[in-house]
Amino acid sequence: MDKDETTGRDMTTQQFMGMLPHARALGMRLTLQGGGKARIEMDYDARFVGDPETGVIHGGAISALMDTCCGAAAMSHPAATGRTATIDLRIDYMRPATPGQTIRAEAECYHITRSVAFVRARAMDDDADLPVATATGAFTVEGT
Amino acid sequence: MPRPGPEPVQVVKQRRDAALKALVDGVPYIAFLGVEFDRRGDELTALMRYDEKLIGNPLLPALHGGATAAFLEITAIIGLSWSMLWEEIESGRRDPETLTRGHLPRLPKTIDFTVDYLRSGLPRDAYARAQVNRSGRRYASVHVEAWQDNRARPFAQATGHFLMPRRDGG
Repeated sequence: MDKDETTGRDMTTQQFMGMLPHARALGMRLTLQGGGKARIEMDYDARFVGDPETGVIHGGAISALMDTCCGAAAMSHPAATGRTATIDLRIDYMRPATPGQTIRAEAECYHITRSVAFVRARAMDDDADLPVATATGAFTVEGT
Repeated sequence: MPRPGPEPVQVVKQRRDAALKALVDGVPYIAFLGVEFDRRGDELTALMRYDEKLIGNPLLPALHGGATAAFLEITAIIGLSWSMLWEEIESGRRDPETLTRGHLPRLPKTIDFTVDYLRSGLPRDAYARAQVNRSGRRYASVHVEAWQDNRARPFAQATGHFLMPRRDGG
């Protein structure tokens, strides 16, 4: 893990991903987490294809990436208390991800109350100027 | 002129099951998540068998929100495609024998998808059904509900909008 880019609060990035079997199954790598922000990368894999004619990744795999990244951002907010669960998540699919390219999600917790973390995210392939998808979600703030 | 008798039930079943299988088997991500479809007439129920790789939080343990979202989206897309395919096959416009790799119907594209997490997904099998609320020439709106032990207590629901594939001759 990259110590410089993480908060190193009570959990290392490695431990965070290790705690999520589904994120591990999809080969996700947490490359940044801290201060209410997170970045996760997911490599292209033929098993994740949703459209056999084009080889484009299934929206469900993008959803899993977005959900994990938004949750990681919410947990890393200084005012967060620990665990989080998704209340709702909306994903807008702007364009198909280019087959063969790694998808990178970046999430930001832009507001947090004692009960709710509000998070938005973008997913990009190699052409970062043209996002593949955006997401907005609300997450629980547990404890206290 | 005598009316032709009804088709033998096995012929009808075989035709419908083969078409559904071709549609579902064409999508690698459905197999990756281990999702299957149970058909009763034209109604489909999706089944996601419990597997350790679907877990998000091993301490609770609970299904990963991403696995739940994907399960709902798969159910919506297959439900929507199946409703189109059903009409094409039953009207005789499409011969299910032709549903092979490279000749599968184009799938609808997700425009947006909103998932509502109602309670935590338990480490056991999950079921889902899609309802096509509107299916126009270009756009469709689909609602999906997923439940586990109790049909009346869904653990997640979603609404999605889809761009319909262009149909032959249209």
